[in-house]
Amino acid sequence: MTDEIAFLLNGRKVSVSDLPPATTLLEYLRSTSLTGTKEGCAEGDCGACTVSVGELRGGRLVHRAVNSCIMLLPMLAGKSVVTCEGITGPEGQLHPCQQAIVDTHGSQCGFCTPGFTMSLHTAFQAGTETSLGAINDMLAGNLCRCTGYGPLIQAAREMHDAPMPDWEVRRHEDTAAQLEVLAKGGGGEFTVDGQTCMLPATLDELAEACERFPDATLVAGATDVGLWITKRFRVLKTMIFLNRIEELRQIEKTPAGLVIGAGTTYSDAMEAIAGLAPDFGELLRRIGSRQVRNSGTIGGNIANGSPIGDTPPALIALGATITLRKGAVRRRIAIEDFFIEYGRQDRQPGEFVESIFVPRPAAPQQLRCYKLTKRFDQDISAVCGCFNITLENGRVGEARIAFGGMAGTPKRARAMEDALHGQPWTEETIAEAMDALARDFTPLSDMRASSRYRMTAARNMLRRYHLETMLPLEKTRLVGAGAGL
Amino acid sequence: MKDSSTIQTAVRGAVGTGTPHESAPKHVSGKAIYLDDMPVPADCLHLAFGQSEKAHARIVSMNLEAVRAAPGVVGVFTHKDVPGVNDVGPIIPDDPMLVADTAQHVGHALFIVAATNRKAARAAARLAKVEYEELPALLTVDQAMEAKSFLMDPYDMKRGDPEAAIAAAAHRLSGRIYVGGQEHFYLEGQSALAIPGEGDEILIHSSTQHPSEIQHSVAHVLDVPLGAVTVSCRRMGGGFGGKETQGNLAAAAVALVARITGRPAKIFYDRDDDMVMTGKRHDIRIDYRVGYDAEGRIEGIVVEQALRCGHSWDLSPAIAERAAFHADNCYYLPHALIRSYRCKTHTVSNTAFRGFGGPQGMVGIERVMDSIAHATGKDPLEIRKLNFYGPMGATERVVTPYHMTVEDNIIQDIVAELERTSDYAARRAGIREWNRNSPILKRGIALVPVKFGISFTLIHFNQAGALVNIYTDGSIQLNHGGTEMGQGLFVKVAQVVAEEMQIDIGKVRVTATNTGKVPNTSPTAASSGSDLNGMAAADACRKIKARLIAFAAEKWQVPESEVRFRPNVVQVGAEGIPFPEFVRIAYQARVSLSSSGFYATPDIHWDGRAARGRPFFYFSYGAAVTESIIDTLTGENRILRVDILHDVGKSLNPAIDLGQIEGGYVQGAGWLTMEELVYDGKGRLTTHAPSTYKIPACSDRAPDMRIVLWSGEGSPEKTIYRSKAVGEPPFMLGISALSALSDAVAAAGDYRSDPLLDAPATPERVLMAVERVRSAQRC
Repeated sequence: MTDEIAFLLNGRKVSVSDLPPATTLLEYLRSTSLTGTKEGCAEGDCGACTVSVGELRGGRLVHRAVNSCIMLLPMLAGKSVVTCEGITGPEGQLHPCQQAIVDTHGSQCGFCTPGFTMSLHTAFQAGTETSLGAINDMLAGNLCRCTGYGPLIQAAREMHDAPMPDWEVRRHEDTAAQLEVLAKGGGGEFTVDGQTCMLPATLDELAEACERFPDATLVAGATDVGLWITKRFRVLKTMIFLNRIEELRQIEKTPAGLVIGAGTTYSDAMEAIAGLAPDFGELLRRIGSRQVRNSGTIGGNIANGSPIGDTPPALIALGATITLRKGAVRRRIAIEDFFIEYGRQDRQPGEFVESIFVPRPAAPQQLRCYKLTKRFDQDISAVCGCFNITLENGRVGEARIAFGGMAGTPKRARAMEDALHGQPWTEETIAEAMDALARDFTPLSDMRASSRYRMTAARNMLRRYHLETMLPLEKTRLVGAGAGL
Repeated sequence: MKDSSTIQTAVRGAVGTGTPHESAPKHVSGKAIYLDDMPVPADCLHLAFGQSEKAHARIVSMNLEAVRAAPGVVGVFTHKDVPGVNDVGPIIPDDPMLVADTAQHVGHALFIVAATNRKAARAAARLAKVEYEELPALLTVDQAMEAKSFLMDPYDMKRGDPEAAIAAAAHRLSGRIYVGGQEHFYLEGQSALAIPGEGDEILIHSSTQHPSEIQHSVAHVLDVPLGAVTVSCRRMGGGFGGKETQGNLAAAAVALVARITGRPAKIFYDRDDDMVMTGKRHDIRIDYRVGYDAEGRIEGIVVEQALRCGHSWDLSPAIAERAAFHADNCYYLPHALIRSYRCKTHTVSNTAFRGFGGPQGMVGIERVMDSIAHATGKDPLEIRKLNFYGPMGATERVVTPYHMTVEDNIIQDIVAELERTSDYAARRAGIREWNRNSPILKRGIALVPVKFGISFTLIHFNQAGALVNIYTDGSIQLNHGGTEMGQGLFVKVAQVVAEEMQIDIGKVRVTATNTGKVPNTSPTAASSGSDLNGMAAADACRKIKARLIAFAAEKWQVPESEVRFRPNVVQVGAEGIPFPEFVRIAYQARVSLSSSGFYATPDIHWDGRAARGRPFFYFSYGAAVTESIIDTLTGENRILRVDILHDVGKSLNPAIDLGQIEGGYVQGAGWLTMEELVYDGKGRLTTHAPSTYKIPACSDRAPDMRIVLWSGEGSPEKTIYRSKAVGEPPFMLGISALSALSDAVAAAGDYRSDPLLDAPATPERVLMAVERVRSAQRC
């Protein structure tokens, strides 16, 4: 147990013990004169605050781009933070990613540029992304209002051909060595300004902490909790941080499906989930941006109980179950039963979501997910419809259909399902099932969509599923792996 | 004498080169200092505003006890604390700095909290207990038009007898289009820092496009002479018009608190506050009635533009006027009435935004073109070409509805070239074929031209000053009235100085725009930055050069014609003297190495009352072809390919200009497709953050984007090195995205029904239009 948060900042160890645990990394950076990292929105949507966070995964140093504006200091315990000031050479030479932005005229007002720089820098180290689709994904979480993005896409391509500078190779080795030591320490529990912060290292410690502080806020990626702090000024008296619990980040693949630790980030889960059902993988790709997916977790997306979270409809359609734990007691429930009503879930005080079991569908393609937004990337669903339909001899076998954005919780469309069960897979059946949706939902109107539009588009999603069983995806989709554009 | 092998043939960073943005290496390494990055004294106060929660309400009482008692709070200030005029309006005093009596929009500033840190100020600002007496609120253009709620009388531009022409025309059509507003979403929020000086003096750092306006606001609010206020701006993290007047409140607030407390004071708006409290692009309702001949040539037109101005004037009269000026775009309207309604609503006061009303005006006439094309069954491009103004040199079809003769029209040439390079005709045919075999996805294509008038229509703004200082080591400091918001103005004007003085650009340092160095400046707006400030800087250089030439001619006893500025060398007769050595000699001979420069745009005049004149020095032209695709099940849409040909005269910096064109297009397309401002029934903006207000992201850029600069003769007018303005005109190239979507929607109804698509064409609006054209088809 220690009472400080220790991490590497641009290669040098820093220890923080006198700041409240709700301090964001961005606030901290800017208070230490590292003002290169900018505040554009303080809610994880613009990417001007992007930094690179490194950690040892299986002995290997892995860097991920994250939004520092909604990342809380305790989440960094034992990690390495790199900012745009920390990537230039010892004599001030620009890093290849920085030089590429200069050469392509990729900065105009320059305010978003440090964030783009760090997204590029993080990608430079992986060194694999040169297709337009990959670059769009790499930069989806960085908004630029000046350039129109063309030069930045070009910069991503140009930097790719540059060798890694010597200084960066040395820094990598040094960082990895320092993290070996640092990652072992840290954690524990401490209180500053009346805010208590706990950093359990194991599931058992977590269970104990949750029982001690049943009203504590559990913080995984803080992609939602961060906004409670920056936008709603909520004072979180007790926070339990999940980032040090390695057991919570495991993915177990079995013939029956996947067991995903609740603390697994979207990014870490993407490959396994795409292998299970490609459309679910594509849905994950469209959750937030890369920065958000590098922080946010599958468990958080569920436990948070939002009616517009994107994984719950897919998980409900697949018949997923979740394991909740309180003390030593575990219980397993169908995920659809977890969501009771808006703002209320089947989680007792002191209980936490431990893992999610995602059954493997008989055929990967039988699950189809349709996410509807104003903007394709980094946007919250107006409607998210997930359809798991089996067809046998031209008839519907089983149909599990769930929607987000249509009610106060992610919810199954039972009437639509009933209208399909056992029926011939024809336009008539589809039309009837579409009409049945009116018995399932009365969606609301808000800034994302009107009630009428939500209903029309949700109905049409079933039509799309039907058409997609006959047409290739490039004839039905504007985005994603299947789209031919 | 220099060895001939080292003599440069051209200076580095000369005019016409693609020199990078002067701050680019600083941008990428975090070393460019924005306002919030500036080190502040330890006793600096941080501010936040208390805001009205009601759209229209009398403030019965404000209990600020809890605000004052909150941790970190040092003071709370209301309108009663303002020593001077409680107003920050740029044209007329109808924009209270802090509400004295009646709140006129949600987010209207009621009081200022000063605290020891920003978080404390923001948290405390929400603790006020305000008692409101709610008054009826008008929120939309429709409501304002119904109630005849106007900020000023409707305004007409008229030529000929449009009613008679419409009545006599072979064909007529009429319609209405709604076009939404737009949030600037500069990445850097509004910010200001005040440092109190001796006596009544005060230094204001402001993220502003208009330092002189900030100076005026602060002086009025504090009741001090303009000379006591110095305003400085090194750079902005984006402006787009949103920092022409909207920084006034921020600057006035920090100035007020600094004056009262004697401590430095700073404000940096939180994004949500920024989006709620600052004005946006005016949304507009356009009604049109048009008469045209059998071919589709317009004979008479009446256009009624109703703009939502919000609660106060701000710059709305000029913006609405520019909307009217651009109701013609590239088209000759023989008999025309353009009527402009400036609607007063209980919403935030809308303001300048790239194009300044021009884009709204042009969307209207482009809708008319699309509708005539639909009615005549022709390709919309044919209709557009048929209606163009006469080309340069023509005497027929060249007069605008505001009685200015268009003398420099090159749109026919640009469109012909773009039509060819974009392969428009073949692609259009191919798209129609493709659509026949695609039941769900439909494609559309459109070519839309742009003509944009260059000059401030407020004539006296068309002036600029510059200051060039040469130091004895040959380095140069350049200062001018223009501000850097990312558009590359600083590098362009530095290029002008490098070219004029024949000195490598590395020797030319651009310094923060400062009202103490160059006074009485105009806003950096109306695309005028490089036109005006480039000329003023050239004037300063020429004055210094004239002195140096006269000095050298006398000292070395050569004719003045034998003193020439060569790259980094001054050639005096046969001798080449390195520039640093030359200026040192001049200094020792007591020759002034510093000069101001000045420029006033010639040949422009405007009689607003008669709606006649020559308000524009020249026009900028361009055209774009956009190909889009829609999903007819959801209305989702994408841009697939964009081809642009745009006229910037002889480019000062092709790299910077291409950046302005691409950025302008994407921003314009964003306005008309995805960016949607949603207000609830109580006048609250519900899209007040990037989580709900969506500007284009990386993947929204067309995967295939081809931008070419028009290689013409350069500006026919005597502009700086025959270049043309580039800031705003490309924004309107984005209108082609709306027309392309319309074409795709039409395809969903087999081209039988006019889509009449409103903007922004969000998935929802596209789907509803698809349903409309399909149901019309079934009838």
